Amino acid sequence: MKLQGEYASGHLCIRLRGELDHHSARETLREIEALLDRYLPRSCAMDLSALSFMDSSGIAVFLQAKKRLSEIRGSLWILDPAPQPERVLSASGMERFIQIKHRKGTTVP
Amino acid sequence: MNYENYIKLEFPSKSSNEALARSVAGVFAAQMDPTMEELGDIKTAVSEAVTNCIVHAYPESLGKILLRCRILGDSKLEILVRDWGKGIENVEKARTPLYSTGGEDRSGMGFTIMESFMDKLTVRSRPGAGTTVIMTRTLPRRKRSL
Repeated sequence: MKLQGEYASGHLCIRLRGELDHHSARETLREIEALLDRYLPRSCAMDLSALSFMDSSGIAVFLQAKKRLSEIRGSLWILDPAPQPERVLSASGMERFIQIKHRKGTTVP
Repeated sequence: MNYENYIKLEFPSKSSNEALARSVAGVFAAQMDPTMEELGDIKTAVSEAVTNCIVHAYPESLGKILLRCRILGDSKLEILVRDWGKGIENVEKARTPLYSTGGEDRSGMGFTIMESFMDKLTVRSRPGAGTTVIMTRTLPRRKRSL
């Protein structure tokens, strides 16, 4: 699991790359929380376009990140999930808790 | 039952083996010529089942996990994940979406995902003796190289 944060004018975009499972979940959450604490963003997008695999452990990570953000009145959404993560998000009904957005008409580098 | 092919893999309940287990299941399933989506579903279901063993069956110690994959008949993939850990007191409750005894780190969606990604899920458990999860998924017949 590799993670990269990009911050500009109140918005943080965190790009996840690789496989997010129970094994990598704790470290991933720790890194996400460190980025949130550092930038205290008003909004945060989790870019999952390069996430090749995730299971329900990833869901727990996003829910905890959302909780952390709501403490600082920030909002969180998921951006462009790759096909496998998108199926996991939809099978677990995540749309009810976290908004999933798609970049339309743009190609992901 | 007749089976075309099978593998058995035994490994300790280390979280680093989650990726190993789902990759092995994926490579085994590949001979059935699944779509990317089917392959993703199978790997996800295996990841959930193995994670359950690591988190719930052996919470404070390392134990043994068995993964068995079989091709039954022409197009049915069967995956068995077994542990000899502490077992589940109430299987029905454990299968309820969002129910978890694993705390904040867990979403409680493991069985829900296994159920929705596989055609059939059977869970047998005895407290103190262990748990066996058996999942099957029929992969529509396409060109086979078997």
